[in-house]
Amino acid sequence: MAQQATEEQILYANILNKGMLVGLIGLVVTFIIYGAGILKPVIPLEQVQNYWVMPVGDYLEQTGIQAGWAWLGNMKYGDMLNFLPIAFLSLLTIVCYLAIIPGLVRKKDTAYVVLAVVEVIVLAVAASGILGSGGH
Amino acid sequence: MLSTKLKFSYVIISTIAFLILFMDISTVFATTAEAAVEPAVPEVAQHVWWYWPLILLILSFVLGIFAVLAGVGGGVLYVPIVSGFLPFHLDFVRGAGLIVALAGALAAGPGLLRKGMADLRLAIPMALIASTCAIGGAMIGLALPTNVVQTLLGATILGIVAIMLKAKKSEFPNVPKPDALSQSLRIMGVYHEPTLGKDIKWQIHRTPMGLGLFVIIGVMAGMFGLGAGWANVPVLNLLLGAPIKISVATSKFLLSITDTSAAWIYMNNGAVLPLMVVPSVVGIMLGSFIGVKVLTVTKPAVIRILVIVVLGVAGLKALLKGLGIG
Repeated sequence: MAQQATEEQILYANILNKGMLVGLIGLVVTFIIYGAGILKPVIPLEQVQNYWVMPVGDYLEQTGIQAGWAWLGNMKYGDMLNFLPIAFLSLLTIVCYLAIIPGLVRKKDTAYVVLAVVEVIVLAVAASGILGSGGH
Repeated sequence: MLSTKLKFSYVIISTIAFLILFMDISTVFATTAEAAVEPAVPEVAQHVWWYWPLILLILSFVLGIFAVLAGVGGGVLYVPIVSGFLPFHLDFVRGAGLIVALAGALAAGPGLLRKGMADLRLAIPMALIASTCAIGGAMIGLALPTNVVQTLLGATILGIVAIMLKAKKSEFPNVPKPDALSQSLRIMGVYHEPTLGKDIKWQIHRTPMGLGLFVIIGVMAGMFGLGAGWANVPVLNLLLGAPIKISVATSKFLLSITDTSAAWIYMNNGAVLPLMVVPSVVGIMLGSFIGVKVLTVTKPAVIRILVIVVLGVAGLKALLKGLGIG
């Protein structure tokens, strides 16, 4: 009897594998840029420890940092640059789902096409920030 | 007899050493954490910037080893221990905890999927429910007062300790007849079991009830920033009847989807700090790597007891902290 690893599973695994490697390398590289001071951070490195002890709402208020996707426009700063690989890793699942949908459609696997499309919508809504951003 | 005594002594001594270590860190920070919350303008930094990231890296490394040896996810150890004993606010710890659990799940996912151990057809329906509910959980968690979340976290961790102590596992659960839903979704499969040298056919039952439980699992994962392997595995294995190896692997893969949705909510709310996240992710991953190597030369049962004790203390600490006693 053949061992189970469907075509979709292999495709999903391959994309995840490459994406995860790129994301983790990106995480380390951007952190080195941040820690080494190659790019100036929005919050000086020594000051961060004064903020991570407070609720996120107070942190955002006191630093004036905008939550949500605002980091995308501030990637010239070392700390904001670090959100790029974090966001990349968090977007990987959406990419993997989008990749397996055509195969499911070809197989006329309607139930899983619907489930996969709804999952993409759910994750995209979570990622978009439309459910609220800015802390409590 | 002697061996049992030695094991017991080892557990007691190791636990005391572990606790002393954490109590010291906690005591050092009791004052700085309180002092730093009050002022509108932050005080002058107490440490060089890399001090706490280094502590996080080392602690996460240790947790990564222990997580593998005890057979639990990194997130379930990370959140209660870091929030209970280090100065970071629970909001940021939960954000980091989710990214830690997410990174671990993403790293393990490809191998588990390729080997056919994690099953995509089993994961997709469960993941949709859990990830949707994790969004709600994350929003509730960020909206509730910290002391309420901390108290609930403590109670949850103590509940997880009870599950770890009580829950049995079934290698090949007996599923005489799959239910209608799992049949219509064609959730079934075959995997090769090397210890038996044969292919194992599996199917599941009680799918609607399992999906219902993933509502609760998703909410809790989002609210507390915990990976939810501790809950996924018993539901997949004991309730739905998937073989233990399929359950463990599918649970790990499921986290990559559940935690993604919750992680976005924390990130979009500003509760993700790279200075915490990166050392934690790197530490847990290196620790997990070493943990796999160490696994062959240690006694996992002893480590598991140690982890349960430490988790129990961390849960109690979170509970007391939430109630304003600790």
